[in-house]
Amino acid sequence: MSAKPFLNIDHVDKIFPLGKGKEYVALRDVKLEIRENEIVSIIGHSGCGKSTILNLIAGLDTITKGVILLEDREINAPGPERAVVFQNHSLLPWLTVYQNIEMAVKKVRDDLHPKEVRDHVMRYIDLVNLDHAKDKYPAEISGGMKQRVGIARALSIEPKVLLMDEPFGALDSLTRANLQDHLMRIQMQTGNTVIIITHDVDEAVLLSDRVIMMTNGPEATIGEILEVNLPRPRNRLELQHNEEYLRCRGAIVEFLYSKFAKHED
Amino acid sequence: MLLKTINTIALPTLLFGVLIAVWSTVAVKIPGFPTPIETWNELLIVLSDPMYDNGAGDQGIALQLFSSLKRVFGGFALAIAVGIPVGLLIGMSKIAQTAFNPYIQILKPVSPLAWLPLALFVFKDVDMTAIFVIFITSIWPIIINTALGVRSVSDDFINVARVLQLTAFERVFQIILPVAVPFIFTGMRLSLGIAWLVIVAAEMLTGGLGIGFWIWDEYNNLNYSHIIIGIILIGVVGYILDTIMGFIADHFDYRKRGRV
Repeated sequence: MSAKPFLNIDHVDKIFPLGKGKEYVALRDVKLEIRENEIVSIIGHSGCGKSTILNLIAGLDTITKGVILLEDREINAPGPERAVVFQNHSLLPWLTVYQNIEMAVKKVRDDLHPKEVRDHVMRYIDLVNLDHAKDKYPAEISGGMKQRVGIARALSIEPKVLLMDEPFGALDSLTRANLQDHLMRIQMQTGNTVIIITHDVDEAVLLSDRVIMMTNGPEATIGEILEVNLPRPRNRLELQHNEEYLRCRGAIVEFLYSKFAKHED
Repeated sequence: MLLKTINTIALPTLLFGVLIAVWSTVAVKIPGFPTPIETWNELLIVLSDPMYDNGAGDQGIALQLFSSLKRVFGGFALAIAVGIPVGLLIGMSKIAQTAFNPYIQILKPVSPLAWLPLALFVFKDVDMTAIFVIFITSIWPIIINTALGVRSVSDDFINVARVLQLTAFERVFQIILPVAVPFIFTGMRLSLGIAWLVIVAAEMLTGGLGIGFWIWDEYNNLNYSHIIIGIILIGVVGYILDTIMGFIADHFDYRKRGRV
């Protein structure tokens, strides 16, 4: 590993002003270094600020203290080198699947010749196996297909980092498993650096090289970092009884439900 | 299916019978009130030569309606041209909203006819006055609905725009307008309805030419059957205008697309 991290979250605080002089400290002293081509998931109870971290990396929200560096460049605004897959897909409903991706490609890849745009868009529609639905409107396809379009749109602009905010949270478990497999296959092909926000223990272990476990808010920070030493490609069936898988799974469950159990009042 | 046919044809026909009966009774009770048959015969005469032109004040019914429609569309077009940009501005800028809102709230409930004397004084021209009155009354629904449409753009779409680094211009045309267009057309449809209501009253006061003037003129001529004919024709034209606007609105509404 090189000395300089690819993405460096350096002692970051995030404080939300509540008005009347009050404030909410969402994140306190978050420090994390992410390598290139790595898949990292951030897991924690709701309210632990995991989505806030993602928004800070995306540049959609501003950092109160500290700095986030992507390849040594400070992040202070949103940009296409940090593509976001939103939880609710956020496809534009008046555009077809093809047009949704085309719109992003045309904007970001203005170096492409109009003829190349079509090939480029089709390559990413193909990547998520949606050729048959390319002329459909978002309202005409299933939730899982919409999320695949969201992933294709994010990847089509060829970002340095793919940020996913509970990308499969709104889907049923069978569809979710299918999309997790899609994501692992795509990441092996494209070699993207991926950061996934999740609250699903199995999802975190299956997908990640490292799992970042967050303490509870307010003043949430990174509690533990777990290395998942499983070779790729990973197969969910084979992993069921794999020792390393079970060890990782156990460690996360221990962290979430014993060390930092959240008691709903 | 058969029941539906009966319902859509038989029930209105039945109501029509009731209406004619009431009308006939009124015609008997009030001396000089035109009977349905008289009115029907007059309608045939009026419609037989709708385009005649015997100079000012004596023209066919189609010419009268046409001149009213011209004024309506003049004022309506002006209301669209001003109302949509103002609505976009108010929807996108909190400052603009704060600045405009009191005036919108105060001017919106003013009766169109209250503007009429002022407009006549300023323009000293019947057409300009009518167009201005249509403009000033039909602009409010357009402004309000356009602003509402802009504000209904979800944060998620704005975040997509931010990640893609769309310029302000691209944001308006690729994100905000597509969301707002159905709202804008709802406002335009309301406005056109109001404009058609207002033109009749305005023309009664300004005179000259137009369906409102025609009705008032026929009242002065003691030609009461023509008043009823005027009422029916205003209703039919208003219905046609609303239907056309509805079709156009649906065509531009993404929510009605891609779903057969």
